[in-house]
Amino acid sequence: MKSNRLLFLLPLLTLCAMAVFFGWALLSGRDPASIGSVMVGRPAPKLEGVELGGGKPKLVNFFASWCAPCLAEHPLFTRLKEREGTAIVGIAWKDKPEATRAWLAKLGDPFKQLLFDQEGKTALDWGLSGVPETYLIDGQGIVRLHFRGPITEQDLKERILPLLKSGS
Amino acid sequence: MRLLLALALALLALPALAPAAQAVEPSEMLPDPALEARARDIGRNLRCVVCQNQSIDDSAAEVAHDMRRAVRDRLSAGDGDTQVYAFMVARYGDYVLLKPPFKPGTLVLWLGAPVLLLVAGGALLVAARRRRAASTPQPLSDEEQRRLDALLKRDA
Amino acid sequence: MVPELGQYALILALAVALVQGTLPLVGAAKGDVRLMALGRTAALTQALLVILAFGALTQAYVTSDFSVANVVANSHSAKPLIYKLSGVWGNHEGSMLLWALILALFGAAVAIFGTNLPDSLRARVLAIQALIGVGFLAFLLFTSNPFERVFPAPPDGNGLNPLLQDPGLAFHPPLLYLGYVGFSVTYAFAIAALLEGRVDVAWARWVRPWTLAAWCFLTLGIALGSWWAYYILGWGGFWFWDPVENASLMPWLAGTALLHSAIVVEKRDALKSWTVLLAVLAFSLSLLGTFLVRSGVLTSVHAFAQDPARGMFILGFLLLVTGGGLALYAWRAPKIESGGLYQPISREGALILNNLLLCTLAATVLLGTLYPLFLDLLTGTKVSVGPPFFNATFVPISLALFAALCVGPYLGWKRAELWPALVRLRAAFAVAVIAAIVASVAIDGRATLAALCLGFGVWLIAGSLLEFAGRLRRSRLGTMPRAAIGMTIAHTALGVVVLGAVATAAWHLELIQTMKPGDSVKFAGFEISLKQVQSLNGPNYVAERAILAVASDGGPYTTLTPERRLFTVQKRQVAETSIHTNIVRDLYAALGEGDAEKGWTIRLYYNPLAPLIWLGAALCALGGFVSLSDRRLRIGAPKRSRGVPQPAE
Repeated sequence: MKSNRLLFLLPLLTLCAMAVFFGWALLSGRDPASIGSVMVGRPAPKLEGVELGGGKPKLVNFFASWCAPCLAEHPLFTRLKEREGTAIVGIAWKDKPEATRAWLAKLGDPFKQLLFDQEGKTALDWGLSGVPETYLIDGQGIVRLHFRGPITEQDLKERILPLLKSGS
Repeated sequence: MRLLLALALALLALPALAPAAQAVEPSEMLPDPALEARARDIGRNLRCVVCQNQSIDDSAAEVAHDMRRAVRDRLSAGDGDTQVYAFMVARYGDYVLLKPPFKPGTLVLWLGAPVLLLVAGGALLVAARRRRAASTPQPLSDEEQRRLDALLKRDA
Repeated sequence: MVPELGQYALILALAVALVQGTLPLVGAAKGDVRLMALGRTAALTQALLVILAFGALTQAYVTSDFSVANVVANSHSAKPLIYKLSGVWGNHEGSMLLWALILALFGAAVAIFGTNLPDSLRARVLAIQALIGVGFLAFLLFTSNPFERVFPAPPDGNGLNPLLQDPGLAFHPPLLYLGYVGFSVTYAFAIAALLEGRVDVAWARWVRPWTLAAWCFLTLGIALGSWWAYYILGWGGFWFWDPVENASLMPWLAGTALLHSAIVVEKRDALKSWTVLLAVLAFSLSLLGTFLVRSGVLTSVHAFAQDPARGMFILGFLLLVTGGGLALYAWRAPKIESGGLYQPISREGALILNNLLLCTLAATVLLGTLYPLFLDLLTGTKVSVGPPFFNATFVPISLALFAALCVGPYLGWKRAELWPALVRLRAAFAVAVIAAIVASVAIDGRATLAALCLGFGVWLIAGSLLEFAGRLRRSRLGTMPRAAIGMTIAHTALGVVVLGAVATAAWHLELIQTMKPGDSVKFAGFEISLKQVQSLNGPNYVAERAILAVASDGGPYTTLTPERRLFTVQKRQVAETSIHTNIVRDLYAALGEGDAEKGWTIRLYYNPLAPLIWLGAALCALGGFVSLSDRRLRIGAPKRSRGVPQPAE
């Protein structure tokens, strides 16, 4: 009976479907631990004393003086401030203010505004899971990009600069 | 008897099966036991976003601590359980729920196995009934009955 | 020198496995006795060679030979000897070598003990075993070589993950692998049967002991892992539905279904294609587990080093083994002739239901484990599937299984009536209901899901013992078949596990407090005081230890000494909990952070019936071993006749 035959093929077909997914997962180079951000495409959460969406795009960067990858990405922010004049809001997460200021004094301060989030409440509102994390907010106050971990040259060239330049 | 009394005094009279929590610190716990119990229930169902498959109650990570505190803050402010979950989902997405929501995207997840069971069980029952029908002999047609009678009369 | 010997031994083993995997198959197809006998010699040789290789790696660890990269990455000269030994398999390469070793040993066992098998079947089984071995040995040699040297040799190693430096965890992998690899033998039997085009009573008789052995070891391995998690992770949980735990549960579920399904083939010559499929699936799920743990597609606290390249290799291997098996099944299984007829309400029907429910459970676990991955790939949406999901889906189906479990043995073969069977169980039903009511009234004061589940546990125990009592009236213990005794033990043990799991999960007591030396608290009817917190040095760690004096009404009862250890090499902290058990409950203490000024965080747990979880699991495995010792399985396995089914027992 033909339907019977199909039944016997079912396990094999299921396996093939699963194998396709597994192969895809392995080849896509995805990181199972990265969860992206649910904020992208939505209006940015409020930040005290900061105007988001006033017509000009802004970067919001969560960092800390004790965070090594933050050190790695710092020059890129400096470059953004000096070459593009980008407004970057820096938020020090779980960091002593003296330590933050000392760190910025030593490396240079790329931030237009500096906030402190010692308790982590602001970070929670932004769906943070650690530092560094960076968000790009467009002129209307919508979150357009999210970076978990330090930003790279490639991120800058391919994703951040184009959006900043289009000035949306 | 003392055993039963002790158990009866339990703070946690849980309607479902649930483990204890490793990372909740005494300093985090709310003074109101009923509220704290709710916080623990909720905490058990929220995922620590920087850990490998742990709930926020079981994780010692900073973010987990912050999330536990946020849950308790919201409960103390009078939020209901649903609102606390919504608060977390608004910030971290459905990923933060250890019990996946029942949505079109998760229908296969929730219903896949039971549906499989019903379909397989049903198919087997149908097959069994068909087999039984096939093995009971068909009644003879009139033509065959006449031929049989003729044969029997001849042999008699 | 010795590591090189090990490597050469592996290469030789690969060559032997290639021979073993091809020539006996040809011999079986052609009826060439010499080629078939070659399988036996090759299996023994392969085992010897892999033993040599394993011995070489062990020697490198025991002598702390830091010119071997694997030893550097996972060992340290200050480590105690037992953990140097268990460190051999406490890493990816070493554990793969352990897989290959057990695979070769099982092959040798089939060669030595499978004398009652017909030549062609044994040759085919050994050949399939060898082909699987080729996969693992190739994987070892080409992607995960444990014998790679490092030059210059560093002065010391990186040490073993502190979590793994524990006796419980030392034996967990070997037991698990004995289970996984044991299923490779049943897989080989299934493929051989499909190749021969014949699945009959004799085949089921031969397959049963190997399946039982694998299943027993897997049960013990899972139980040991669960127990270890309980006492080391510090909060009384024993099952977390972590992907790697699920990866071991799935083959166990399939293996249990296989065990029971094979009974029907043996007794009634029916359910043959189910059984063959389950045999293929049990081993496939073991391989799937290996893939999930080592490829990096899923996050897990357990996972070994993630490496997509290794992942592709394992995936390819999985496809070959499982795909090949299932393709062969799709081609040949329809031709397998089915034997006895039966009604839906019958012992056969009950065992089919058993199959269905166990497979549904396995499917639930599989779906829950893989769904986040699939959804993420397809739609980019991230969801989490955690314990709440599994509790909601796994538990109800398990309860259905438990309900049916006690009824099955009362149904006769071919055709039976349901109501008379239920009537015979009425005493067990009554006891279970009473237990559930008592539990809900005495503990919570209201009806709860937990009390219901407890009732099911009591039902399992009472029903199995009732059935056994009935048997005792008909035949004496000495003449009763061991398989029947084993069944009673295993089913009762399952009830014991359920009791323990339900009680601990639902009705544990917990107290988390900051205490200073001199403070005391009342907890679970005891008075617990913190006497002092000492600092001490271990062989490769420094620790803080809290001395907690536990007193009851009658005076001092016991002392709990939880510790927090800081392993100096890896800079990791591990909690050593302190547990006092009296079989009926665990009194459990864990030490958190703290200092002399602010005090220390002390966590106290009272876990009722917790020890029953692991005692029950051990008892379950014991039931399996008792069944295994049934002499009918070893001598008197029938000579193959022309497909005439054996009379039902």
